[in-house]
Amino acid sequence: MASPIEQFQIKPIIPVINFTNSSLFMIAAAGLIVGGMLLATRRRALVPDRGQSVAEMLHDFVAGTLRDATGQEGMKFFPLVFTLFLFVLTMNMLGMVPGFFTVTSHIIITFALAMLVIGTVVVYGIMKHGTHFFGLFVPSGVPGWLLPFITVIEVISFLSRPISLSLRLFANMLAGHIALKVFGGFVVSLGAAGGLMAVLAPLPLIMAVALTALEFLVAFLQAYVFTVLTCIYLNDALHPGH
Amino acid sequence: MSDPTQRNGGDGRTPSSPGESDLSARLKSLETRLDQASAHRSETKDPRPRATSDSRALGQAMRLSAEFIAGVFAGGMIGYLVDALAGTRPWGLIVCLILGFFAGMLNLMRAAGLAKPAKYDDKS
Repeated sequence: MASPIEQFQIKPIIPVINFTNSSLFMIAAAGLIVGGMLLATRRRALVPDRGQSVAEMLHDFVAGTLRDATGQEGMKFFPLVFTLFLFVLTMNMLGMVPGFFTVTSHIIITFALAMLVIGTVVVYGIMKHGTHFFGLFVPSGVPGWLLPFITVIEVISFLSRPISLSLRLFANMLAGHIALKVFGGFVVSLGAAGGLMAVLAPLPLIMAVALTALEFLVAFLQAYVFTVLTCIYLNDALHPGH
Repeated sequence: MSDPTQRNGGDGRTPSSPGESDLSARLKSLETRLDQASAHRSETKDPRPRATSDSRALGQAMRLSAEFIAGVFAGGMIGYLVDALAGTRPWGLIVCLILGFFAGMLNLMRAAGLAKPAKYDDKS
């Protein structure tokens, strides 16, 4: 039985420029999004055809999520949020194709995406509100001797946000794919054992089928959660210190 | 045959009229107490349901899982950095890990809605 974590190995494809299978699938995801969107918006009809209505649904879905969390003035971040959502969703879904590499199962990728979000929040917050932005680390109504202590905890709590954001996406994708691989491996080893064992082999197969359905749900849900949290954090940059 | 039933009815009525009034009084007091309790509950719940839509609630629920670990992790990383920069080998890590534990706890309680939301989350 193959090792369940073998599927996450990074393999160089063009070693000279460090082009790996991870890079390949990121480019594939980006290409798929751009190509799909160009195809969908090629003929902008008043009555949309199939591709166009899918694109419109995606747009309305993300726009609604963003507007819910940040209000109308958050819509200037729409390109960022829409791109993040589509990129994460496409990478998650590409990972579900058997034999494909799951880019989001590497924490460095999800952490980079989360740092992009938090970097935007901090930079925009300081640009818009100046030093007032740092006021969000100083809680009100705290006795004076406790204040430095609480402020340090608040800063750590803020710094833990990109970690929790990336950790969630990464852990879900990693755990799901390992579980799928393990159950798939059970089918093979039970079948190879022969006799009574081979009779039991369909049981993990049923489980693997059910898990595959669950994984599709998780792949979508985690992309969605990433987007929702991005919107909530952007809301901090827009309205700090209320 | 009619005698026992009548007697029974009479018998039942004489003690039951004070019993009934007693019961209705108790019911009324129970009702007022229930009203108070439900009013109290809605009062305590009121500041919390910021879940204006399903998406917010879902995001909140998913957040809970990783919040705590992230707090401890962030504290540990800061401690490691402080140690590397200031050369205070074990102490920065120890202190910052404890602070990170507090921050993780705070994250967790905030995500669960048990603590006052952070200044930056408080929309008003």
